[in-house]
Amino acid sequence: MIRPDAELLLDITDLHASVEDQPILKGVNLQVRSGEIHAVMGRNGSGKSTLSKVLAGHPAYRVTSGTVLYRGVNLFELEAEERARLGVFLGFQYPVEIPGVSNLEFLRVATNARRLKRNLEELDTFDFEDHVQERLKVVQMDPAFLERSVNEGFSGGEKKRNEILQMALLEPVVAILDETDSGLDIDALRIVAGGVNQLANADNATLLITHYQRLLDEITPDYVHVMASGRILRTGGRELALELEQTGYDWVDKELAAQGVA
Amino acid sequence: MAVSTSEHVLAPVQQRGQVALSRLGLPTRKDEAWRLTNLSRLEAVARMPISNVATASDAPPRMDGVVRLVLDGVNDPLEGVTLPEGLTPLEPKELELALGHSLDRCGWSDDWLIEFNHASAHQLLALRVRGTVPPLELVVAAASGLIATRVLLVVEEKAQLELLQVFSGRGEAAHSHLLEVHLGQEAQMNHGVLACADGLASLFAQLAVEQEPRSAYSLTSVVQGWSLGRIEPRVVQVDGQASTTLKGLAVADVEQQLAVHTSMCFEGPDGELDQLQKCLAAGRSHTIFNGAINVPRKAQRTNAAQLSRNLLLSDRARVDTKPELEIVADDVRCAHGATVSQLQEDELFYLRSRGIGASDAAVLLLRGACQEVVDLLPTHATAWRPLERVLEGLAS
Repeated sequence: MIRPDAELLLDITDLHASVEDQPILKGVNLQVRSGEIHAVMGRNGSGKSTLSKVLAGHPAYRVTSGTVLYRGVNLFELEAEERARLGVFLGFQYPVEIPGVSNLEFLRVATNARRLKRNLEELDTFDFEDHVQERLKVVQMDPAFLERSVNEGFSGGEKKRNEILQMALLEPVVAILDETDSGLDIDALRIVAGGVNQLANADNATLLITHYQRLLDEITPDYVHVMASGRILRTGGRELALELEQTGYDWVDKELAAQGVA
Repeated sequence: MAVSTSEHVLAPVQQRGQVALSRLGLPTRKDEAWRLTNLSRLEAVARMPISNVATASDAPPRMDGVVRLVLDGVNDPLEGVTLPEGLTPLEPKELELALGHSLDRCGWSDDWLIEFNHASAHQLLALRVRGTVPPLELVVAAASGLIATRVLLVVEEKAQLELLQVFSGRGEAAHSHLLEVHLGQEAQMNHGVLACADGLASLFAQLAVEQEPRSAYSLTSVVQGWSLGRIEPRVVQVDGQASTTLKGLAVADVEQQLAVHTSMCFEGPDGELDQLQKCLAAGRSHTIFNGAINVPRKAQRTNAAQLSRNLLLSDRARVDTKPELEIVADDVRCAHGATVSQLQEDELFYLRSRGIGASDAAVLLLRGACQEVVDLLPTHATAWRPLERVLEGLAS
């Protein structure tokens, strides 16, 4: 939902970032307002995942120049945990397995860290169980997964549902979903996408990072961006995703060559 | 068992032990088994006077249905205790025959720690286990000087035993403990060792386990906070066809040195071993794991897996880990692996990206790393709050 007067949540200006001294992002510009759903598409290695990790504060990625304002605050002055408490959420492409750490306990600690920041009461074990049972419905997840270690032995689809469950519990302001559709069969994709749709509202924004149009059949984006060589090369509406589906990315090479980048 | 019987049986053992000790002399670094050991601490224990006062136990209330026996170095552990059906003290004649049998079967001879126990042990508990008995708890606390104890368990054919041994130590004190277990055919034993100390006391625990065919032995050891700690489970499947599970956790901090030396010997075909040893080293501590597995020609179709997982929690901590597989039989499956890592950056970032602060995330990960083993202790161990004890030791 595009409203020009909506709050500017994320303001990315000329962002450059490196991993192991290898420049990956080379001047990303993007503005995200509340109520909007953005899709970022592009080939492998175009910088999509790096963008998501930089925004979430992964320590392996170094910002070399540029700014990101999150609700007017310099995001890079905040530690990863502080960004999360303030409402920045990263749905992982490969959710991490943590043996020995109970999923339920993990979800409770995370939820309370965010609630504390929102001046909401912390939930004790019993209240949290009620709360989480209700949120499980968003992704039609089996409560048995709460008793297991975080993501351990979960199938690809279960891990992604667990990510969206975390999103449902943390109620982020900006959710960045990094290839949430990868490794999902069509039924799981519908459930995960259904969860994202239920959680999107006029006060938050979603950044979908994806390779494929099929996720965008389930979640309708307001904007589609095509990334290449560490920048956003083109921005359009949902029709841009459909065009990509038909023409592929060959035009990207031509455009980059024309710009002398490739 | 009356103390007098103990004394009667132990007196010749002590004499032999003293002779052996003077012959062996203190271990040196040239000896492979002691190469990494802090020998000045070992020497301090060797010189420690034998405790002659009963140590007040810091044990939590006993759980219902659990038989608790306290070895305090002075008083008869069975005094005032009514043993449940199926648990009986060994008769003196049986005792003379059985004492040292499992030790021999495990090939334990000319070993300094064994002879040290022989020379020092002044308390012996010897029990026969028949049928299914209630969970048993053996508690040994050390608070001043050396407390040297010896336990012998004869678990009869088809008997089932759940045993938790709890060692604690405070201040300038040390344990020398020697356990012998004979598991009859089809017997089952779930054995937990929970040994936590304050960083000053030392622990030597030698466990000799002899398994008859179709028996199942499962050991979970949780060792934390000893100035010098050395736990040595040795298991022999006398005719193969038995199942052995060894799960261990050693947590060291400050300048502590914790060593786990395990030895598994298959003396017949179709034996199984499932082994995991985890070591966490913080501060300037040092953990050592040595895991020997012996599969001679007669042990065909042995199926063994050993995994050593180590977590270095500081730049100054040290981890040594050494699998030692000797496989002669050709039709066997023997998997082994060792990893040494720091807290995984990806795991930390995942937790932090959910709003969990860096130090809380580290605690959560450590708790997880310990819980995997701690959860395998016999269920009545929960009364001792094992996980909290281990983590408190790390936090100090």
